[in-house]
Amino acid sequence: MTENRDPRPEHLPQRIWESIQRDELPPPDDRGRMRLVMNNLVLHLHPSKVARPTLKFTYTWGLGGLALLLVMILAVTGVLLMFEYTPSPETAYTDMLKLQTEVWYGQLIRNLHHWSGNLLVITVFLHLLRVFFTGGFRTPREFNWVLGLGLLLLVVAANFTGYLLPWDQLAYWAVTVGSSLFSYVPLIGEPLRNFLLGGPEVGAATLTNFYGLHVAIIPLALMGIVSFHIWRVRKDTLSVPRRLDGKIDDGGAGSTQVEKVTTLPHLVSRELVFALVMTGLILMWSVWVNAPLEAAANPDHSPNPAKAAWYFMGLQELLLHFHPVFGAIIIPALALGALALLPYQRFDLNTEGVWFRSLKGRWMALVGAVTGLIATPALVLLDEYALDLPGLMPSLPTLISNGWIPLAALLLLLIVYYEIIKRVFKATACESRQSVFVLLVTAFVVLTVIGIAFRCEGMALMWPWEVLG
Amino acid sequence: MSDIKPPPMADETVSRRDFLKLAWGAAGLLALVEAGGVALSFFSPRTVEGQFGGVFEVGKVDDFPPGSVTPFNAGRFYLVRFEDGGFLALYRKCTHLGCAVPWNQAEQKFICPCHASAFERDGQVLNPPAPRPLDRFVVAIVDGMVRVDTGAPIQRDRTGPADLVYA
Repeated sequence: MTENRDPRPEHLPQRIWESIQRDELPPPDDRGRMRLVMNNLVLHLHPSKVARPTLKFTYTWGLGGLALLLVMILAVTGVLLMFEYTPSPETAYTDMLKLQTEVWYGQLIRNLHHWSGNLLVITVFLHLLRVFFTGGFRTPREFNWVLGLGLLLLVVAANFTGYLLPWDQLAYWAVTVGSSLFSYVPLIGEPLRNFLLGGPEVGAATLTNFYGLHVAIIPLALMGIVSFHIWRVRKDTLSVPRRLDGKIDDGGAGSTQVEKVTTLPHLVSRELVFALVMTGLILMWSVWVNAPLEAAANPDHSPNPAKAAWYFMGLQELLLHFHPVFGAIIIPALALGALALLPYQRFDLNTEGVWFRSLKGRWMALVGAVTGLIATPALVLLDEYALDLPGLMPSLPTLISNGWIPLAALLLLLIVYYEIIKRVFKATACESRQSVFVLLVTAFVVLTVIGIAFRCEGMALMWPWEVLG
Repeated sequence: MSDIKPPPMADETVSRRDFLKLAWGAAGLLALVEAGGVALSFFSPRTVEGQFGGVFEVGKVDDFPPGSVTPFNAGRFYLVRFEDGGFLALYRKCTHLGCAVPWNQAEQKFICPCHASAFERDGQVLNPPAPRPLDRFVVAIVDGMVRVDTGAPIQRDRTGPADLVYA
């Protein structure tokens, strides 16, 4: 009789199981836990060990994880919706009605997709703010910040292409207005717009184009870059939260040494709990609040007011005050360019992991926020009721009188603001830059709120209760 | 004067290996460009026959009294007839952000619902933010019938009597 040389287990089911799951479950020790994270396809996006202070919820607020959870919810509900929807002007709207009235749980699945998509825009924006205010973009994480900006644009693109698909009045005119912004890009604008829309106006070809972008091209790109983004986080590790005195914020006396713990179970269990809680909240919200659906798209009748999607309302508000080339192209491009170059600036403070850089940084951030809160509405009111630049300079083209001149004036004001923060308050470059950033973000948020809640018929300024009433 | 020597002449002969590398790279690049072009062409504008984009025969000259503004929704235009009998076809798309501009009979002007741009009957901007007058389409009068070609909107910086067509 020959000796049994096969080292595998004796029983067949056990041999099958071990061919799938190689590591012992549950892992017996820390070494086993680390091996499990390394050898598991999903878990290996994590490092095998993480710094304990980074687990603190109020440091990351779970925003990156929440964004990933929302992408997963969107993928699942999106695939379900594809079975009930045909992207053509004849069927799109009736499919939506059928989905909401005839398909079992159709309304719920649509609500989940709609609200998750909207929450995703908010989440990635807040994630950007969190990373900025804790200095998470510092070396070696500069490029991951840029990747994150790319993801933000992709999320907005996904939202914008999805916005058209219900083919109701809201969708049709928001996309008409939004895509017209492209036509102001010098030289290539009009061809670019016609290319995206598949023609000069939003129509059947637009629906096909946007559908393809929404269900295939953007999700694939998103998946690729998201994996890259998370893998980079694993390689570069998370920045460690620190207190104002520079010591590591470990919830206790503060230390100078980072304690490391295994990802399993310390990080993974927290992620699962947070994902479960958020899934529950989104589900509850989607049960109670229906996604809006207006009357079927009617190309003959623009609603009054015709507003873009809510996350474009800040841009639309800019358009009311600037020549379109500036409102739609130059100012957003300047803002994005500045954001992308931000981590490549020279730092004069080592404040990674400290909320708002320093004590002075916190005060200067507050100054920026208050300035933005006061100056933005003031400038909007000034331009709306008192200042008519094109009227003052009738001989100049509006590109100059309502473009270069106000932009130059605003940039000058920003430079003066920066110098005041730096000279008068004796802030460092890092703190001053942060103050300017807070000022601009506040201005953008205020513009968005004005656009959503203070603009009514004919885009006239009104109180919110009059707009909504 | 320092005597800087000119840099040694680059070796002008290309080795077989380098040439093949270059050839493979160029061929690969060409293939990528071709594939990309094909992919992009799938997106490019598609016009549907017999709809907006074609020629519309809208009626007899006398069907349109002088001083009237008649909307044609299928063709996305207004046919304006002035008091002197001149015809003008205005693309109804706002030159600001593309909303459909309705004709306000009471105020005798086009007022855009989106951002309150206003246009005169001949398309001239009365109120910004619209950056230029409403685009126009070519009008032709053949055998007493009015024809409007919606194939290509004509952009203009200012309006004028040259835009009008007479029977």
